[in-house]
Amino acid sequence: MDIGLIHYLSVAAILFTIGVFGIFVNRKNVIIILMSIELILLAVNINFVAFSTYLNEVSGQIMAMFVLTVAAAEAAVGLAILVTFFRNRGDIAVDDASVMKG
Amino acid sequence: MLQGIAFYLLAATAVVSGLLVVTARNPVHSVLWLILAFFSAAGLFVLLGAEFLAMLLVVVYVGAVAVLFLFVVMMLDVDFLKLREGYARYLPIGAVIAAVLLVEMIVVSSAVIQGGATAGLAAPGAPDADMSNIEAIGRVLYTDYIYFFQAAGIVLLIAMIGAITLTLRHKPHIKRQNITDQVNRSAAKAMEIKSVQTGQGVSPEELL
Repeated sequence: MDIGLIHYLSVAAILFTIGVFGIFVNRKNVIIILMSIELILLAVNINFVAFSTYLNEVSGQIMAMFVLTVAAAEAAVGLAILVTFFRNRGDIAVDDASVMKG
Repeated sequence: MLQGIAFYLLAATAVVSGLLVVTARNPVHSVLWLILAFFSAAGLFVLLGAEFLAMLLVVVYVGAVAVLFLFVVMMLDVDFLKLREGYARYLPIGAVIAAVLLVEMIVVSSAVIQGGATAGLAAPGAPDADMSNIEAIGRVLYTDYIYFFQAAGIVLLIAMIGAITLTLRHKPHIKRQNITDQVNRSAAKAMEIKSVQTGQGVSPEELL
């Protein structure tokens, strides 16, 4: 049971795929789509950290930190938009989001 | 051996809870599974020797982002079953694309590793013995990446301002303090001196 780089990359690939799959099947539910994006960014972070460890180079972890920062900002703004959208329309179905005037 | 068991345990938990995030019927359950997925990923980070990032993941995600999600999910009064329409319709195409994506990514990463991306390097998990993970990060973060670090701060500031301006609303018919009015108020505007004749008094109309 020797754990190598490929194991971590596989886990990250599976999580990334689950995120993409979640965006596909939950096309109407913005909250789940946002959570799927978080999963995708988590997969990217696992890749960064795995390579950072196996290449003995700490800058991968710095990049993962920046990804974390941007993901947190994106979640906050995304949820704020969602709340505003819900107040205006009383629903969060993405199909209606094409009506953005007013 | 123990490392292998820990890896497979954490990886399986992360994958299963990730799958449950996108398939759970109740969005509140989705958020809770997301927390579990992030927690397992933090465990994987510890296994990789990135303790600082693992703690950051727990603090930032489980402590802030997941709670934010939970708040929003519980605050919105939405019929979530209606939003699941089309789930079965998009399931096959989603599964096919996801499978293709997964195979592609695993093939590419195996090829990269076989090509020797990490060949000739020291064994992992053996960083400089005299430097902890957080010290190594600090040494690089505040020197080579200082501008990126500042830019990350600006990104967070702008996100905060954006989230506040998006969600702030002033309800009508609510009295609010107007500081400009208060500061601009002067004695000349605020009061008026009337000379009242002795014995006659003042009528209410005059006071207005």
